[in-house]
Order: sequence, then C-alpha cells, then structure tokens
Amino acid sequence: MLRSVPGPVQSIERAAAILRLLARGSGRLGVSEIAGSLGLARGTAHGILRTLHGVGFVEQDGETGKYRLGAALLHLGTSYLDVNELRSRAINWADALAARSGEAVRIGTPLDGKVLVVHHVFRPDDTLQTLDVGALLPAHATALGKVLLAYDAGAAAALTGQLEPFTRRTKTVPRDLAKALAEVRDMGWAAEMEEMTVGEAGVAAPIRGQGGLVVGAMGVSGAVERICGPGGRPNPTLVTYVRDAARAVSRDLGASRW
Amino acid sequence: MVERYVMSVDQGTTSTRCILFDHAGRLVSVTQREHKQHFPKPGWVEHDAMEIWRNLERIAPEAVAQAGATPDQVAALGIANQRETTVLWDRHTGRPIGHAVVWQDTRTDRLVDELAAHPRADMVLERCGLPLATYFSAPRVRWMLDNRPGLRERAERGDVLFGTMESWLIWNLTGGPEGGLHITDVTNASRTLLMNLTTLDWDDELLTFFGVPRAMLPRIRPSTETYGTARQVLPGVRIAAALGDQQAALFGQTCFAPGEAKCTYGTGAFLLLNTGNEPVRSTHGLLTTVGYQIGDEPAVYALEGSIAITGALVQWFRDGLGIISSAPEIETLARTVDDNGGCYIVPAFSGLFTPYWRSEARGVIVGLTSYITKGHLARAVLEATGWQTREVVDAMNADSGLALKALKVDGGMTADNLLMQLIADVLNVPVIRPMAAETVSLGAAYAAGLAVGYWPDLEGLRRNWHRAAQWLPAMDPARRAVEFGNWHRAVERTFDWIKPDG
Ligand SMILES: Nc1ncnc2c1ncn2[C@@H]1O[C@H](COP(=O)(O)OP(=O)(O)OP(=O)(O)O)[C@@H](O)[C@H]1O
Ligand SMILES: [Mg+2]
Repeated sequence: MLRSVPGPVQSIERAAAILRLLARGSGRLGVSEIAGSLGLARGTAHGILRTLHGVGFVEQDGETGKYRLGAALLHLGTSYLDVNELRSRAINWADALAARSGEAVRIGTPLDGKVLVVHHVFRPDDTLQTLDVGALLPAHATALGKVLLAYDAGAAAALTGQLEPFTRRTKTVPRDLAKALAEVRDMGWAAEMEEMTVGEAGVAAPIRGQGGLVVGAMGVSGAVERICGPGGRPNPTLVTYVRDAARAVSRDLGASRW
Repeated sequence: MVERYVMSVDQGTTSTRCILFDHAGRLVSVTQREHKQHFPKPGWVEHDAMEIWRNLERIAPEAVAQAGATPDQVAALGIANQRETTVLWDRHTGRPIGHAVVWQDTRTDRLVDELAAHPRADMVLERCGLPLATYFSAPRVRWMLDNRPGLRERAERGDVLFGTMESWLIWNLTGGPEGGLHITDVTNASRTLLMNLTTLDWDDELLTFFGVPRAMLPRIRPSTETYGTARQVLPGVRIAAALGDQQAALFGQTCFAPGEAKCTYGTGAFLLLNTGNEPVRSTHGLLTTVGYQIGDEPAVYALEGSIAITGALVQWFRDGLGIISSAPEIETLARTVDDNGGCYIVPAFSGLFTPYWRSEARGVIVGLTSYITKGHLARAVLEATGWQTREVVDAMNADSGLALKALKVDGGMTADNLLMQLIADVLNVPVIRPMAAETVSLGAAYAAGLAVGYWPDLEGLRRNWHRAAQWLPAMDPARRAVEFGNWHRAVERTFDWIKPDG
C-alpha cells in the first residue's frame, strides 16, 4: 500500500467555508448566493449543504428555502442525542434482548465521568425488581462504563490515580484499565467480571449514532454463573445477542456501517 | 430447520409498522414509515389511503429482508389498524375517493346533532353499545356520500366500497380490482355504528338510520381466521388476522380472562377491560365493544375508555408549536421543573371522549401567569395524559364495582418514565409495562399465528408475557386530591365552546 500524508479534503474545506459564510451577516442565504460567494458550482454547493443539513449543522427555512446555521452546532459540546430519545429509539431492541438473553438490560450514557442509566428492562422472570433509571454507575467497574470509556479518549484520560475499588477484582490501576479498554476496542464489546458486585457479571456493546459516534452503551448483567460459560468467560451466544441488539439500535439511529 | 416467523402490520394514526416475531414472541425485525397528516380545516383530519398502501408495499418486504429471511418463512400475516378511520374507494380502479377521514375528525358534528334529534336515535346505543358521536365511522360515510355528487348511486350499485384501514389493506393485498377480498373483522365492524353487537352482523335498521347502502359494506369475519393469501407485496403469505389496534393490544397483553385490562398510549389512549362472552353496558360513559373473536368461537367483549388526545398533544408541541424537536424531549423539558406551576392543558382537540362525550368541547390552557415557562407547559402536557387516565379508570371502577389493582400499559408513550411515574401517582396503583412495548403488533401477530397453528393456544401465549418495568405510586394523597380538583375545573372550561350554529 502506498503511504503518503493525505492532503486536505476539499469537500471538508468547502463545508467549513459555507459554515463561516453562514455565521456572518444576516445568516440566511440561498444556494445560489452561497455558490456565488464561494465560487462553487451550484450543484456542488447543494450537495455539501444537503450533507450539512443531514447532520444538523445547517437548517433550511421551509418558506424561502434559505439556509442558516443549525441548532446542532450550538450543542456541539453537549450530548447531541437526548437521553429520553435514545430510550424511545432503543426500547424495542432492549425488550427483545432481555427476552432473548433472559437477563436484565440496561442502557447507559456518559455523565460527569460516570454512567447514567437511561433505560432498564427487568430480567424476564417476573420476580420483584426495582427500576434503576437515573442511577449513576462507576465507569471503570462496569461493562457499560468500559464501553463508554473505550470510545471516548478524553474521558478515559481523565481517570488518574487510584480508582475506587468495589470488589477484589475491580481494576484500580489506570494502566490496567487502559489495557482493558484497548481490548474492548479490539473486540467491540466489554465484559464486567465481578468488578462491581461479587457474584455479578455483565456484557455491553456500543450504541453508535450518525457517523459512528458512540452515544451510549447497552448491556446485560446478572449472576456470574448465568453470564459466563465453563471457562469463566462470557457466554459467546450472549455476547452475540448483546452486539446484535446494540447494532440494531445503531442502525435505527443512522449509523450506517455498524 | 429454517426459522419461521409471523408478521404483523400495525397501521396506526401516525405511521405504519411491520414487525417479524419469532416463536417466543420476540421481535426479530421492524420497519416503519410515517404518513402525512392533512388538516385542511379546523377539526378536520385526513390521511391519503394510497400513501398508506404504498408505505406498506415498501416496508413489508424490508422487514423480511432485515431479518435475513424470505417471504416463504412468513407463516402468517396479522393486521392491526387505527379504528373508525373511513376509506371509500372505487372497486374498478382501486383509487380512493378523496382522502380517508380520520377518527379524530369532527366534521360530522352538525350531522351527528341532527341524527341525535331523530326519534329512533336511542337505537344506536342500544344496538351498538356506542354513543352517537363524531368518533365513529357511519356518520363519516354518510357525510362523504352527501358531499360528493353521484357517489351515493355508485355506492348503491356496489361500485364504491367502504372500509376501515384493515379492509383497504386486505383488499389491496389480495389483488385489489382483480378479485381483492372485501372484508372486515368484528372488532373493526363494532366501531362503525352499523353492526349489531349481539348478532355481530350489519343491522338493516342502523343502515337505514344512517343512510348507508349495504352494497358498499365489507363482509364481517372473525378476528382470527385465514381470510386468504396475499397476491401483492408478499405473494403467497396467508392473511390470518385483523383487529382494531386497541383490541390487538388487549390480545398482545394476553388479557384473555374476564377482568383483565390494559391501557395503550399512542396518539390517544385506550383502556380496555375484557368482560367475557357477554356485552356489558356502561353507565359511566364507557363503550361496549368487541374484544376479539377467535375463529368460530363466541366473541369476547370489552368495556373501553377512550381518550382522544394523549401522544397527539406531544406531537402538537413538536409540530404545531415547535417547542421540542422530538416527542421524547417532552420528558427532558418537563424535568427542568418540579411541578406544573399552576398550569393545566386540557387537549379537547376533538371534543372530549370518555367519560364526557362532548363533541362541542375544545382545548384550553389555563392558569397562565408570567411565571409559566415551557418546562411547566411540558409538564402540563404529560399530566393531561395522567389525569385523563384517572377519569377513565374511575369510570371503569364505577361500572365494574371493582377497584383496579394495577395498570398494564403499552404503546410509544410508555418509553416516557416521568409519564409512567405520573400515572402511577395519580391512579395510586402500580403501573406495569410488559416486555413488548409494541403490544399492538404483538397482538396482531399472536392472532394470526393462532389461526395458522404457529402457536397452539392462548395459554402458550400467556407464558410469553413478562414484566419489563414497574412504577409504584409515590404521591402525597392530599396533593393528588388538590391537583385532581384543579384538573376538573380546567375540564369544565372546555365545555360548550363550539356553538350549535357554528
Ligand atoms: N417519550 C415520549 N414521551 C411522550 N410521548 C411520546 C414519547 N415517545 C412517543 N410519544 C408519543 O407517542 C405517540 C407514538 O406512540 P405510538 O407509536 O404507540 O403511537 P402510534 O402507534 O403512532 O399511535 P396510533 O396507533 O394511534 O397511530 C406519538 O403521539 C408521540 O408523540
Ligand atoms: Mg399504534
């Protein structure tokens, strides 16, 4: 394979120019005005605008057809997918995962270095269980948290010093955790082996949104003897169920490649 | 062995969904497409039946493909549909006559008043178990026949057909103008005001009363039965069930025994209580309706509390006001405040259904002060669903003489945790969501699967039901009483808004 430092990508440069243009002055421009200002063919400008529209960076006025900066740009720093919307979009697949695996399902999103439980489906055995939605879990000691950390370099780097131990098996040394997170990225899923609660294990996989960005994690957890096979590793069938469910949600959210 | 599945079609008010289920009743694939809501005048709501058919043509094969399956792996197809929405179409061309008139549409209010003044009007409630209201199909058919020149003659000749959405879809699936089956099921027929609840057949006197020609009506069939085989979209697949969406949800929640009930939260909300093989009459504004009929077994009846607007209020917040950009954001916004700030929204957009049955009521927002933010409004939106549920449950308790011990819920709004907690709070009973939020679809699939022997019996289906979530009441009783009182005062302010002479 020929390796060379790739040059700038022309369409991204043009997209940036369009955004700068819209950020100026009245902030409302038609396709022709934009094409004219930047010396682009109308079709080219239109194609870029449609893509920017698709990711929410520009919005189009229903009446005049003119473009302006999109709301998504203002929220770039915060989570772009509302957690309640994530629950709505995932609820069918979370139910199916619980039914298939026979275990409780949780969906988590990152919040202040922890995992916010945004959805919880009971283990389907009709025993008394309590909804966990709104609870905060430690990121380094849960499968959900490890998935979120594995795909967010910034959050992982923020974990320094001794990490809080919950059991003998909690990974408390950042270097050990970093190794585990690299494995999560390699495998595409994370496991939790009695690291949070003795006797409990879990498996989780990433939920991706548009462009592949990880917006949450979805997983099952339960008694270690049910989650793990004889070798002490998570049951491969269970792992497949979890990954398939997370992928189905990702597909619904518009992550095309997963 | 190749895996086989059952497909459901849920033709709802806002969208059409196709789902494949496996033997354990687990969702394997799902495809969905929204259709356009037409609001040509205040109080009018229409759908394009052709658009809905095209949506089905597109998403049904997609659902099969998404499961990595082929049509021959689909053991049966079951349909659940928005009820009472009225489609007329030309038998020869297959083209709909104008738009379908949707169940929320109130254009027939004047006509309904006229009909109600007729000396024989009492016969309607007696024979159908339903009050004479704009909600049901017969006045709509009459309105359409009256308002299009020449249509009545074509209908009398049988050239123009009537159906609710399941009839329209089955007719198209089974060949359309080339021999399509023109049928409906008992549950849908029970919502027309034209079917006699005890004979389960069209009633000549009701037909005369509403001026609807028999030649345009579909044949009434049981809810589960192999009606025929699809020739379009999924050729060769057996069409084996049809139910109104709310009845399908009752089936999907496996409420097979008298006394079992569920409430489905979608565009509107509908609480149905299985009353067994006898139609029970309400004295508190509930409807008597058919729950389902399995093959040639006796029909199972239900009492129903209907709320016209629940999710539709959220939708209005999104599309009409643009305050939120997706329905679930209503919860996010509502959580920015601790209470409603003294503000109440009564969404009487289509009048009020159970227990009031007032077509002339229209929506109000009361208690506005400068203090009120969009957060308070969002909270009032969710509370409106809570209090409307409370009114329906109170009516149900009064009619049955028993107090509901827990509420089984389903539908798109059950993804809203704040709302589910609110409902538990205002009812003061636990709220339980089963492990299939798409219970309407599951019910349609169950019914079809039963018909073709994919599932052996009702008991087997019951074993698939599991609790996915539960919310326990946690509201101070004094506060509950005060809030409920405020709600009542807000409701009174919706009355008598539309004047009889327009
Ligand atoms: N998280 C939420 N909070 C509140 N309302 C919601 C939420 N998610 C969806 N909704 C509302 O629920 C409705 C969608 O639910 P569902 O998909 O069950 O309805 P539907 O099947 O389209 O209704 P129908 O069958 O009457 O057409 C919409 O009206 C939407 O506004
Ligand atoms: Mg529905």
